[in-house]
Amino acid sequence: MRWNRLLAIAAKEVIQIRRDTRSLIIVLLMPIVLVLLFGYGVNLDLKHLPIYVYDRESSQNSQDLLKRFQASDYFDLVRVVNNYPDLLRAIDDGHAKMGLVIPSDFSEKLHDGGTVSVQALVDASDDNTANVLMNYSQAVVQSYSNDVQLQWLQRRGQFQQPIPLSVQTRTWYNEDLESSAFIIPGVLALVMSVIGAFLTSLTIAREWERGTMEQLVSTPVTPLEIMLGKLIPYFVLGMFGVALCVILAIAWFHVPFRGDLVSLFVSSALFMVVVLAMGFLISVIARNQLAASQIALLATFLPAFLLSGFLFAIEQMPQFIQLITRLLPARYYVSALKKIFLKGTPSSMLGGELVPLAIFAVVLTLVATHAFHKRLA
Amino acid sequence: MSTSTNALYSAATRSVVIEDLVKRFGDFTAVDRISLETHKGEIFGFLGPNGAGKSTTIRMLCGLLRPTSGKALVAGFDVAREPESVRQNIGYMSQKFSLYNDLKVIENLRLFAGLYSVPRKVVHERIAWALDMANLKGQESMITATLPGGWKQRLALGCAVLHRPPIIFLDEPTSGVDPISRRQFWDVIHHMAADGVTVFVTTHHMEEAEYCNRLALIYRGTIVALGTPTDLKRKFMRGQLLLVECEPLGPAVEALQSAPDVLDAAVFGNALHLVVPEAATAIPNIREYLGARGVTVTRIEPIRPSLEDVFVSLTTERDVARKERN
Repeated sequence: MRWNRLLAIAAKEVIQIRRDTRSLIIVLLMPIVLVLLFGYGVNLDLKHLPIYVYDRESSQNSQDLLKRFQASDYFDLVRVVNNYPDLLRAIDDGHAKMGLVIPSDFSEKLHDGGTVSVQALVDASDDNTANVLMNYSQAVVQSYSNDVQLQWLQRRGQFQQPIPLSVQTRTWYNEDLESSAFIIPGVLALVMSVIGAFLTSLTIAREWERGTMEQLVSTPVTPLEIMLGKLIPYFVLGMFGVALCVILAIAWFHVPFRGDLVSLFVSSALFMVVVLAMGFLISVIARNQLAASQIALLATFLPAFLLSGFLFAIEQMPQFIQLITRLLPARYYVSALKKIFLKGTPSSMLGGELVPLAIFAVVLTLVATHAFHKRLA
Repeated sequence: MSTSTNALYSAATRSVVIEDLVKRFGDFTAVDRISLETHKGEIFGFLGPNGAGKSTTIRMLCGLLRPTSGKALVAGFDVAREPESVRQNIGYMSQKFSLYNDLKVIENLRLFAGLYSVPRKVVHERIAWALDMANLKGQESMITATLPGGWKQRLALGCAVLHRPPIIFLDEPTSGVDPISRRQFWDVIHHMAADGVTVFVTTHHMEEAEYCNRLALIYRGTIVALGTPTDLKRKFMRGQLLLVECEPLGPAVEALQSAPDVLDAAVFGNALHLVVPEAATAIPNIREYLGARGVTVTRIEPIRPSLEDVFVSLTTERDVARKERN
């Protein structure tokens, strides 16, 4: 390997990137757009779900129960209707996620010490939301029910019996249960996949398409020099994108950063090499910019989005899919990011992530170099 | 070429040596057992129609395509086994303009200076030399895409010779370039050859072929003739050449195919070229023959054959031979 040839290629690539405003825009804007999009747009926390109420009794008791719903962050009591069809229409129209019906004999039955049923009509078109609604309303009603029972016992001169078991919960790592803290570190993997694989997938294919490759390969430059010369500028750009993401995540979204910058840099650098080598390999194989960019999108962006554990927990996936995720570099990077950001895991304990990433980096680089021939056919 | 002829040239002066070189793409034989040698400081032309195998040969010589069989030495290095050494000793200009259009003139030159490992101390001087040779002084900061076609070609040549290679390969260097630029380009080539650089150039322009010291005529992957332009014109024309201007042209050429005394008849522009055994006896016969068939002859005279005539004559011979074999 001769440094002068490698540097000549790298210098040329830097000039081309600087003149190609489109790729510069992708590199600078993509991290910001993706972090904002995911930071604001994707919110897995369900709060302020609109509910309608048909209170058939309108008593002190029924008002008490409704106040408890109102007091909760999870519900927004949008409107009280006074007939059943209005309630159903609200659910049909999507104005209400849940309709609550309080029976006309609510107070009477409570007073008699009988069991009262409050009807909850849940829009289950989104199963996750429906589950949350059912659990939350169960909990509200349960707590109200406990209080009623307590009053009832007190009126009869009995004392409350101690509750034998209770759970004391403490949330770790993401104390406020903010989903942005969980999602935004994973956005880094997406940004790098786009900048890395997508942009480099174009570089070799573009040279074949424009015919410049023929001139390049007629010189003594070696495949390794071409690859490194092309990838080093993109590596620097990609790491710049990572830094942008990290700054946005911490400064704007207040994602906790408990780990050390060295771990973050090492894992990001390894993943960057992986995606750059993948992009390069795709470009070598496709020799056509359009095909290369499509393949790059399918091979890096989609898996990073769906199977990396960035949005959807890998443990929840079917066994077979879980096995597939083991072949995805993005999975290890996302896992490392979550540990570094939220748990503050030191590098020494990130072996499970860093070792696979390093293996991917080495193997893909070797494969990419060997795949690239200086022959035309 | 015989062994004794080979011995006349020492290894140092034989810059390109090809023996039985073959390239097949699947069933198609693009280059079929060609052999030739070039000498130091010679402009060697590779003349033939599109698809004859010119570019394929040049690409094999530059180590860009692996030969199917046969041997080729460039600057003493085997193109199949030592392509990297070959590349350090050659300059190559591909048929399609293939510098970076989005780079400035000077940036393209710097890139290739780096790729050819031009020593740091002489980079500046070499680039200045290349700019001067390519007549591009003062255009250093032009974006390459904005240069006129002829200038681009000269820049490409400049980039290909920054490392002062002993051999340069030019694949149709003047295609799509206006005649004045073409002439300027050839001036540059002649200067380089005078400096001892071997120039291996492909073309399908007959008038360009006249600028070459020696020529190989390539047709359907084989070399049909090899020699200096004068040699080729003298040796390979069977008989003498007549120029005939007549009206109407179509029926005349058809009738002449089967006329006595006519070895070959072909349309050249708005006239006919005929190959005849002997001009003096053929001229009256042909006048009479055409007159009897209602063709008015306005002019008929012997002319000196051009390379195109040689080429047409030789390729027709080949095609006839092929048909007879089948």
